[in-house]
Amino acid sequence: MLTLTSPIETPLHELPAAAKLAALAGFTFALFLTGSPLWLGAALLLVAALHLTGGPRFARHGLAMLRPLWPFVAVVALWHLWVGSPAAGLAVILRMLAAVAAANLVTMTTRLSDMISVVERLAAPLAPILPPRRLALAIALVIRFVPVLSGRIDQIALAFRARSARRVSWRILAPAALAALDDAEHVAEALRARGGAG
Amino acid sequence: MERSLAHIALFAALIAVLGLVPKIDLAAGIPITAQSLGIMLCGTVLGARRGGLAVLLFLLLVALGLPLLSGGRGGLGVFAGPSVGFLIGFPVAAFVAGWVVERTTLAPLWAAMCGAVLGGIGVLYAFGIPGMALMLDKSLTEASYLAMAFLPGDLIKAVLAGFATQAIAKARPGALLSRA
Repeated sequence: MLTLTSPIETPLHELPAAAKLAALAGFTFALFLTGSPLWLGAALLLVAALHLTGGPRFARHGLAMLRPLWPFVAVVALWHLWVGSPAAGLAVILRMLAAVAAANLVTMTTRLSDMISVVERLAAPLAPILPPRRLALAIALVIRFVPVLSGRIDQIALAFRARSARRVSWRILAPAALAALDDAEHVAEALRARGGAG
Repeated sequence: MERSLAHIALFAALIAVLGLVPKIDLAAGIPITAQSLGIMLCGTVLGARRGGLAVLLFLLLVALGLPLLSGGRGGLGVFAGPSVGFLIGFPVAAFVAGWVVERTTLAPLWAAMCGAVLGGIGVLYAFGIPGMALMLDKSLTEASYLAMAFLPGDLIKAVLAGFATQAIAKARPGALLSRA
């Protein structure tokens, strides 16, 4: 399945995932310490410069990942223009863009396998209640079953259309959930037959 | 053990798939993302503990960088955005929805509907609104105005979650783990 990791190799891909995550945490925390548009603008410029180290195509992709934020930008901008505090509004918008863009940058430059090994290391102290093998198995099962369930829902929708002239609607919800329940029983049986989930 | 794990993983996948299908038109052809419906169903069908864990697993995969949130969003960026409160509230919402179904003796339809309203709307907004207020630097009242835009859609979803849970209870009485 597709991940959000960028196929365009950048120098940032080479850095260890844990270091990037720690830097991101520090950066995001720092963003909330200041309310000055000047500092926040500088932070956003820094993130933009880091995006540009991956070349123009990489940077454009990063910009596209910010698209879901535009409605919030519009609402905040209109609100602050209305109450007459444009500087405060600018700070909020800059902080939001910088925080999200920085987090996206880490996601775009870190492979799924590297992310998973960081999670494994972080989850190590939880081993008595959550064995790492079980967590890895759960992650793998979800990744495997998203396309499977997606195909099942398409089939259910086709069957619905064959029987009814009405639009496919929420009516396929219960069959979809039943499909997930049935698949879960089969997976559980298969796991038990192969020696359990560890 | 294997059964719990399989249910948790499969329902985490179901949440993702419901977010990927933009084809589900609700009544009157309004396309509403079915993702939060998936969150409600996790609780009402799997019960509090397994439902909450399924949502946590789903969020972990989103954080790892899989584009599983509705609209193909994902990665760490969504946890730095204005909707972070809603994401944090998701597992708690599923837990509360499941808890209501487990602890009441109402018929599945009403139990699930109440659970979905309490968990999927009450609890979820209790996390989402402060999150939005913090990230957008607004007061709680101002943030709740923004959240009110989602209320009609979420009420419809709570009703649908009730009906879906009832249909599952009828088709596979033993499969409704929240009542098992």
